[in-house]
This record gives sequence, structure tokens and C-alpha cells, in this order.
Amino acid sequence: MLEIRNVHKTFNLGTINEKHALNGVNLKLDEGDFVTVIGGNGAGKSTMLNAVAGTWPVDDGAILIDGVDVTGLPEFKRASFLGRVFQDPMTGTTATMQIDENLALAARRGQKRGLRWGITKAEKEHFHELLKELDLGLEDRMTSKVGLLSGGQRQAVTLLMASLQKPKVLLLDEHTAALDPKTASKVLALTDKIITENHLTAMMVTHNMRDAIAHGNRLIMMNNGKVILNISGEEKKRLTVEDLLLKFEEVSGEEFASDKALLG
Amino acid sequence: MFLINYFSSLNPLAFTNALPGNIAQGLIWGIMALGVYITFRLLDFADLTVDGSFATGGAVTVMMTVKGYNIWVALLCACIAGLLAGLCTGLLHTKLGIPPILAGILTQIALYSINLNIMDRHANQALSVDKYSLILSSRNLTSAIVIGLLFAAVLIIVLYWYFGTEQGSAIRATGCNPAMSRAQGINIDNMKLIGLSISNAIVALSGGLLAQYSGFADVNMGRGGIVIGLAAVIIGEVLGDAILGKRMDFKGRLIFVVIGGIIYYIVIGIVLWLKMPSDDLKLFTAIIVAIFLAVPYLKGKSKSSFAKAGKRAAAMLAGRSATAYGDVDAKNKEEK
Repeated sequence: MLEIRNVHKTFNLGTINEKHALNGVNLKLDEGDFVTVIGGNGAGKSTMLNAVAGTWPVDDGAILIDGVDVTGLPEFKRASFLGRVFQDPMTGTTATMQIDENLALAARRGQKRGLRWGITKAEKEHFHELLKELDLGLEDRMTSKVGLLSGGQRQAVTLLMASLQKPKVLLLDEHTAALDPKTASKVLALTDKIITENHLTAMMVTHNMRDAIAHGNRLIMMNNGKVILNISGEEKKRLTVEDLLLKFEEVSGEEFASDKALLG
Repeated sequence: MFLINYFSSLNPLAFTNALPGNIAQGLIWGIMALGVYITFRLLDFADLTVDGSFATGGAVTVMMTVKGYNIWVALLCACIAGLLAGLCTGLLHTKLGIPPILAGILTQIALYSINLNIMDRHANQALSVDKYSLILSSRNLTSAIVIGLLFAAVLIIVLYWYFGTEQGSAIRATGCNPAMSRAQGINIDNMKLIGLSISNAIVALSGGLLAQYSGFADVNMGRGGIVIGLAAVIIGEVLGDAILGKRMDFKGRLIFVVIGGIIYYIVIGIVLWLKMPSDDLKLFTAIIVAIFLAVPYLKGKSKSSFAKAGKRAAAMLAGRSATAYGDVDAKNKEEK
């Protein structure tokens, strides 16, 4: 479903801040794969997701979604293949627009936006049902501005928006990192539910090793802009945090440095 | 003595006589402010093109009418000219990476020369209501006000509809959250181009109406237009929020933008009636806009600022020590 072939990306080339963020990333996701991505700070996790999303052009390599080469497509054109949830809850939704208007915008991802009314009556009813399933009471506040919602509520709405038009790949970039632990686990449970119900292919970056082990059918670890560990199936089910730390040292030859990853 | 002389020289009749004219002009600038509202509030793009495109609208309307075209055709062409001006600013920004304010200033300066060329290299071109059949004129103020109201009403309805459509919603999303818009597959460059074009077409329409109203087009007629437009937008918002409160919706905002334009011109009328020199009007306008822009900020600050927090802390500390002394006093009394 998703194929990343030998992708390179360097930021601030030729300056003192030069950073080789991606050093030949290779990854292949089959349909229905849910892969969690871990690694220390600056390992290239978010950079890899942004490369897939097309936030900027890559320096080298190819990215294929469902067999289509999207390497040359700008972000807004790739959007028709992708659902995205960001680390910052403010990024995924438009604060000055209503909840139903935000959902209606997302329902038209990848479609031509013409002069038809921005939201239909049937859609409103459909959104009402979907919001009810979230169990956050949002179905009664559909005409409230999204800016009035909490971070967790906004991430839940963003998740819903990402799945309204079934994406080929769902990209989750540390989408629970800014939430309190209770809300984070709620949003994670919702993530699982949406991925399973819609049979989505997904990639989730997280700093939390326990979450990385508990969710998804595959796990990859990144270091220095490369995928250094690729675990799936039965092997992943048996994984523990200690295993991961050991494996990290083994593969990278250094200690896993991120406090966040250890404490999570 | 001076004050008595001053006040006795003010004629209340002069003010009421000037009022209809102020309202008509305010309506025309209120229409212009609808254009400013689209860029400033919906697209979050402070577009300075309008100073130029307003005069372009006036120039095209006057020159085409003088050359024998129907006034409606002339007005339509004025709108198209404004649209192209907005498109130009948009292209400078989206395709050439020039920051919004600078892109607007560049187009505005270029338009000064272009407007002079449109007007056969005259800074001023007359359009007599006696020679041509115009849509409105300051000669007949009642009809000017009615026609101004009709234009404003039709525009508000069309804009309300457009910004409720899929494309209009995408423009609103672009202004508020570009990252989210791209992630939802919205081509934000195109949305900016469309928004700027529509905005400047409306501004040029307003310029065409003002040229007919005052009977001439002047190359400087749009100077400071952005500030007047902002004044109308902001006065309208403050007033609308005060009157409608939570019921203030998109319709209400558009209506109050036009009302803001009218109120601005009534205030200008009062200032002139008070015999303030008209040379100082722009200074006065700038001060009004600065005050209205500052009000929301200062309001927020009055609720939460370091000065306030400091005072509260001082009061709390003083209160605590007061009770401490109180305890001591009580003890002293017991001992006695």
C-alpha cells in the first residue's frame, strides 16, 4: 500500500545547521498494516511521515502509495491518498469554523470543490451519527466553533476527519503527545477502533514504547534517519520495553537516549 | 469667549443637511469594506492593493462612460480591472514568494501609473451627470442612498452564499489554518488568488460607484482607502458584537461591515461640522482605526495583565499581614 524506497532528505544544506534527517529510508506497508514508529529525538520519525505527506520535496528516492508514484506531487495533491493527525491538536482542525463545517471540508478531501453548498443535510445527519459514536457529547454541539473544544476533543474530531474519506494510508504523528494520560489513552483507543472498523493502513509515530508495543501489527525503530529495526507478527506480540531497549543498543551501538521513551 | 463664539458658529442645520450625503458616501465605502473584510478577516491577508484598485475602478468607469459605453458595461469592466489587480498581487505572493503586505504595495504603486494611463495621463477626469446617464449621483441623494443600499444588499447575499459553498469554505479554511487546508487537499495558493481577486473586484466596483457619485475620478481617490476599509470593518465588528453578542453570525458580520462604513462617514461629518480642518482628516482616521484595533487587545489586558496580577498579589500579601497583625492584636487583648 505504501512503499518508501531509499529516501534521502537533508535540511539546511551547506549551512552550520545542516541535518541529514533521512539517510536512505526503506519501508513497505501492506494493505491493513498498522505500524508503530519509535526512535530517539531527531531519529527521523516525523520527517519520514512528512516525506510521505509531501510537506516538502525529498532529495532522493521514491514514494509510492497504492502503486502510484507520488514523489513529484505537492502536499495538497497527495492529500487525496492520505489521512493525517498531527501532534499539535490545533493543526488538524480550523478553529474559527464549526465542527460540522470542519467535517464537511474533510469529507471533500481529494474532490473538486465547486459552488455547491458546503454541507448537505444528509451529511449533517451522517456526522451526527459519527460524532455520537465518539461519545464526547459533540453531536449536540455540531454548530459550535472547533476553537471552543479541548485538545483531546479536537484530536478526536481530527481522527474522524482523517477517516471520512477512506485514506490509503493514515499518518499519525505523535497525535497523543500533547494530551494528558487519560485523554491520550482514550484517543488511542479511538484510533484503534477507527483503524479496525475501516480496515485502514496506518503509520503511528510515538515516543511511548508501551503504546508502540500495544498497538498495531508491526513496529519499526529509527535512528539517524534510517529504519534500524523492523518487527512484525508473533515476534511483535512478545515484545517488552526491555527487549526494545536492548535491541536498540544492539543495533545502533549506543544507549537509547530519550528520557521520554524510557519514562513513557 | 472664544468657546461661546465657536459653539454659536456651529449650525445644527448644516449637520443635518450634510447627513444624507455622509450616509451615501458611507454606503459606498461600506461596499469597499466588504472587499477588505474578505482579505483582512477571511484570508488573513492585509491587502494594500485596494488603495490602487479603488482608483482603478473609478478611472475605468469614468473613461469608458466618457468614451460612450453604457454605464453598466463600464462598471462591469471596472470590476474586471479590479479583479486583475487582485490577481496580480496574488501571483506576486504565491508564485514569487513576496510577503503579503509588500506584494500589495507593489501592485498599488504600479496601479498609480496604470491609473494615470487609463485616465489619458490626467490626474482627474470629470463625469458629468448632465451629459451621461449614471447609476447614482450626489445630485439626487435619496436615490443614491437607495441604490447604494441595493448594491450592498445584493453583494451581502452573494457573498453569504459564496462563502457557504465548498469553494468559499475552502477559502475560509485557508485563511484560518493553511496546514490543515493543505492536509485536506485544498490548493491554498489558488484559494488566495480567488479571494484576492474577488476582494479587489468589489473594491473597484465601489470605486466606480464613488466616481459616479462625486462626478469625477481622481488618481488619488483611493489613497488611504485600506485604512477607511479597516475602520469600517472594525467599527462594524465592535458594534455588531456589542448589539448582537453571541448571535453575531456571518450574515451579521457582513451587514455590520457596511454599517461600519456609514458610521465612519457620519463621524467624519461630525468632525467637519466641528470645523476641524479637512487636511487633518487622514490623521484623524488613522487615530480612530488605531484606537479600535487596540480596544480588543486592551480589553483582554484589563482582564489579565501583569499589572493586575501584581496588584492582586500586593492586596493578598497586605491582607495576610493584616490578619497576622489582627491575631497579634487579639492576643494582646487576651493577655490584658
